[in-house]
Amino acid sequence: MRRGALGNRFVRTSGRGAGAGARRVVKPRRLLALGALGGTLQGCAGVQSALDTAGPHADRVAALGWAMFAAAAAIFLLVLALALFAVFARPERRRWLGGRVVVIAGGVAFPVIALSALLVFGLSTLRALDPPPAPGGIRIEVTGRQWWWEVRYLDAEGGTIAISANEVRMPVGVPVEFVLKSADVIHSFWVPSLAGKLDMIPGRVNSYRFAAGRPGIYRGQCAEYCGAEHALMAFFAVAMEPAAFRDWMARERGPAAAPGDAAARRGAEVFLNAGCAACHTIRGTEAKGAIGPDLTHVGGRVSLAAGTLPNNIGSMEGWIASSQHIKPGNFMPSFDVLSSEDLVAVAAYLESLR
Amino acid sequence: MRLPNATPRPPGELAELERIWDRPRGWRIISAVNNNIIGIFYVGTALLFFVLAGILALVMRTQLAVPNGGFVGHDLYNQLFTMHGTVMMFLFAVPVVEALGVYLLPNLQAARDLPFPRLSAYAFWAYFVGGLVFFTSIFFDVAPRAGWFMYPPLSSTEYEPGISADFWLLGIGFIEISAIAGAVEIVVGVLKTRAPGQGLDKLPVYSWAMLVFAAMIIFAFPAVILCTLLLELERAFDWPFFIAERGGDPLLWQHLFWFFGHPEVYIIFLPAAGMVSMIVPSMAQSPLVGYRLVVLAILGTGFLSFGLWVHHMFTTGLPELSLSFFSAASMAVSIPSGIQVFAWIATIARGKMRLHTPALFILGFLFIFTLGGLTGVMVAMMPFDWQVHDTYFVVAHFHYVLIGGMVFPLFAAFYYWAPTASVRMSETIGRWVFALIFVGVNVTFFTMHITGLRGMPRRVWTYPDDLGWNTLNAVSTGGAFVIAAGVALFLFDLARRFRPFRTEQPGNVWNAGTLEWLPSGNYQTRSVPIVTSREPLWDQPNLAEDVKEGRYYLPGAPTGGRETIVTSPIRAEPQYLLRIPGPAWSPVLAAIFTAGFFLLLTVKLVPLSVLSGVLAVAFVLVWVWDTDPDPDHPPVAIGGGIVLPVYATGPVSHAWWAMVVLMLVGGSLFACTVFSYLFLWLGNAEAWPPPGAGLPHPAWPAGAVLLYLAGAGAVLLAGSFLARGGGAGNWPFRILLVLAVPLLVAAFGADLLGLWRAGVRPSETSYGAIVFGFAVIQGLYVAALVVMAPYTVARSFAGLLDARRRVTFDNTRMLWLYAVAQGLIALALVHLFPRLVG
Repeated sequence: MRRGALGNRFVRTSGRGAGAGARRVVKPRRLLALGALGGTLQGCAGVQSALDTAGPHADRVAALGWAMFAAAAAIFLLVLALALFAVFARPERRRWLGGRVVVIAGGVAFPVIALSALLVFGLSTLRALDPPPAPGGIRIEVTGRQWWWEVRYLDAEGGTIAISANEVRMPVGVPVEFVLKSADVIHSFWVPSLAGKLDMIPGRVNSYRFAAGRPGIYRGQCAEYCGAEHALMAFFAVAMEPAAFRDWMARERGPAAAPGDAAARRGAEVFLNAGCAACHTIRGTEAKGAIGPDLTHVGGRVSLAAGTLPNNIGSMEGWIASSQHIKPGNFMPSFDVLSSEDLVAVAAYLESLR
Repeated sequence: MRLPNATPRPPGELAELERIWDRPRGWRIISAVNNNIIGIFYVGTALLFFVLAGILALVMRTQLAVPNGGFVGHDLYNQLFTMHGTVMMFLFAVPVVEALGVYLLPNLQAARDLPFPRLSAYAFWAYFVGGLVFFTSIFFDVAPRAGWFMYPPLSSTEYEPGISADFWLLGIGFIEISAIAGAVEIVVGVLKTRAPGQGLDKLPVYSWAMLVFAAMIIFAFPAVILCTLLLELERAFDWPFFIAERGGDPLLWQHLFWFFGHPEVYIIFLPAAGMVSMIVPSMAQSPLVGYRLVVLAILGTGFLSFGLWVHHMFTTGLPELSLSFFSAASMAVSIPSGIQVFAWIATIARGKMRLHTPALFILGFLFIFTLGGLTGVMVAMMPFDWQVHDTYFVVAHFHYVLIGGMVFPLFAAFYYWAPTASVRMSETIGRWVFALIFVGVNVTFFTMHITGLRGMPRRVWTYPDDLGWNTLNAVSTGGAFVIAAGVALFLFDLARRFRPFRTEQPGNVWNAGTLEWLPSGNYQTRSVPIVTSREPLWDQPNLAEDVKEGRYYLPGAPTGGRETIVTSPIRAEPQYLLRIPGPAWSPVLAAIFTAGFFLLLTVKLVPLSVLSGVLAVAFVLVWVWDTDPDPDHPPVAIGGGIVLPVYATGPVSHAWWAMVVLMLVGGSLFACTVFSYLFLWLGNAEAWPPPGAGLPHPAWPAGAVLLYLAGAGAVLLAGSFLARGGGAGNWPFRILLVLAVPLLVAAFGADLLGLWRAGVRPSETSYGAIVFGFAVIQGLYVAALVVMAPYTVARSFAGLLDARRRVTFDNTRMLWLYAVAQGLIALALVHLFPRLVG
């Protein structure tokens, strides 16, 4: 007796790639460099901003926002000026302001006109955000979990092509449909540089489409308070050139690489023996846990722990050994019982999974 | 004009009036019920919660001053923002405007007191005790931490297994009951206890605002009472109203919560706007421009505010068409606010604004509130809201609206009306208080608009250092401490100068035009004036002197006790003299035990909780026992040839009005339950009822209908025996009323039993949950009537109930008929509806 068929599907964006402006986009390399120490929170500057847009959806909303801001500023200054005039002007000069006509003109006539104009503008923006779906488009199902994101790339029939976590990759200029679900409480999916937010509600499926205008890494964050570590539930949207996206997808859908050296081999053993596999899946191995993120290609991701740490071997070690210190209350225990050799090995193994 | 009473007045008349209205001395002041005393307690307590919740905010701002801050951990932080919002909304904002209403309304309307002083006392003490205990939960690390709007499933047992969510649900649930008690008082107070001649066209704008405020509480608060009740049932008994796996829906909570939550904003704002409409004319020494437009704007705001709740849910993925409607409605509600803003500006332009502290706060209010209103129009625009919803932009917006729209008028009101209670506050310090708070608010919250646009979500206990939010947050934190300095300075001045409950008053310090500036004592004015203008003190010469000398109505206390004139609701013509009760311990004890019932239930001390509940009911009965006084007292002359009866029943009486208001509360609670039923049906239409839980055989509901009707018939018949008078009908009356109780209980039980035998279980599916939810709502009335019927019969035995003295029975009968009507509608919905659509 579920409501899937009733449908809460609603779609609100698409559009072809916007003009590529020369804006600051932080590249993964910088993130790697930043994370040398691990254990601290790192994001990337300026890439989680509704003012710093990088896609047609966010561009249009920003334009609407600026227009409203300008109008609001004008109205605000006018009201302020009238109030000060009423207080300080000489009585004979301010007399005209003291009648019912002013109340009707300022309180009824003007707002009706201004608000009607705004409503027309706003609803036209709304329509522009909501074009018909493109056939054969890419669909990504994102499931909010306390406090990370499960990501599935879907085929046309809804089957899963690849499973990832805490990162969505999308080709530039192509509207991507995001199918949003929740596995526990309400979350909200939001990449401000690309599009507005849409909630993930247990028992419901929401979806919308938007495109990235140019390549880059854009930070997103859960926008609906979801419990202890709501603050540390971020992710990255990685917009890639279409060819690069195809190459990446070809790797991503495959199983994990076999350990390439002795350290990685030891790490793979530790991973299975220390209990990691109870919660995590690494496709192509014995690890089939379904509680935590799929780690098949974890080494290739931008961040660890849902945008909390940059992804490198140092932060991986730090996260495994003291996840409860870095993100208190999350569902992964700190594996501080591992010997330092085991810790290095398992981190090296995971980082090798690209 | 000839005044109603001649002077000089008889010697001793004034002394007698003062003796009757004298406040209890020393610690006995706790038993006081008079609005001047309860009002001050009430405002003071609300102010205490304002300071406490403000301190929580300072802790939060300290944590956020720097990225990766280590001042508090995530768990405490989450409790802090939940408590900050909850305490500010439920323990400060609504109570403080209600408190000022309790204090000011009788003053503005020259009534001796509100019509139900003990109800005010009860509402205050329940709030005082319950609020303080609720607040202490933060010290024991059991404060709620699911945000002030407590969205399930985050607040459900699965994700919040401890008692912290129960603290919120039960603690707030019953503070809402206290708010409703206050609203009943205010509706009846505004409509029925006014100065003669103070018709609706001469009613102060503040009284209008409070009337609409109370009406909005009556229709909005039941929604939040219902959703807290449903969530508590889910948490305590696993009834899955909001659990998706069993057919519940988390969005049901959001609809109910915001159906309350949006009107809530205007519930807070309208009284504040009403205050502004009193203060502006006085400070500018000119009547309000566009009185009728302002009153219309207040009514319009009240009406429109119920059509906006979905704008808190723009990101939940509802169909766009319905969202567009709510978007337009959200913008439309700014029109009434615009009318009021321009009416104030026009009034200032017509008069000459004297820039004392109250006027400064009014100008600050215009500045901040206008900005908040404009960002409100911005967030009403859906695509923009999708970006800024749940970010610091929205935090900035609603703090501008609430601080600008409510806190600034409140400070203006403190400074403006302080002389009616004590003395004028320091003008020098007042200017500093204003400057600090005004600058602090803008520094703190204007910055947050930008923080939000730059992507910072709300309710985060920490943030990374490289997202461009560091400086903005540091500035906001600095501003917060400037606000705190302003509030601290205000408290200093308050502690230094404010001494309530003294008899000497500074008088009409602002040369204001309205009745609260008449010379007064605990009994309000010596005599009750005839009002012929909206600003009687400006237009009626020598009014203050004549009132003080006792030349107007009711210059003494002719019945020998407290009394006030009850007037007709539209034209304010005197109808009867209401004898009102004086100081009593029973409302205080009833309030303490009501609080005890809910709080002990929260910490799962069930037997103690039940004991406390029984004691609460007992003290309520003690309190109401002497509230239906002897009807045989001869009518009294109040002057000017007017002789008023001292007893009334039926639609003239204040009791009838209060009961009608209570029925409206009940009706909206029931309407919200019907909404919930239909909402859950929409999500589960293909399995309603679900497999395994069939509909009971029609004999069960049919039997329930017959039993309900039989019980109602018995009550009506009892009424006709009572009306015969002379004591002849006493025994049939008592027997019929007692007999009606088992009929009612049997009707209720038959429906439950039928459902149970048909396999309906409340914990299995949302269908079962909501069907039994109806039973819970109905059970409240059945329980109330099971107490009220024997109480009514007991009064009959005690000789306190007869053909004339019958208010107790009238009220019981009205509630009974309501309960039966509601029960029948619920039966139709539960048993007929699925058959019709199935």
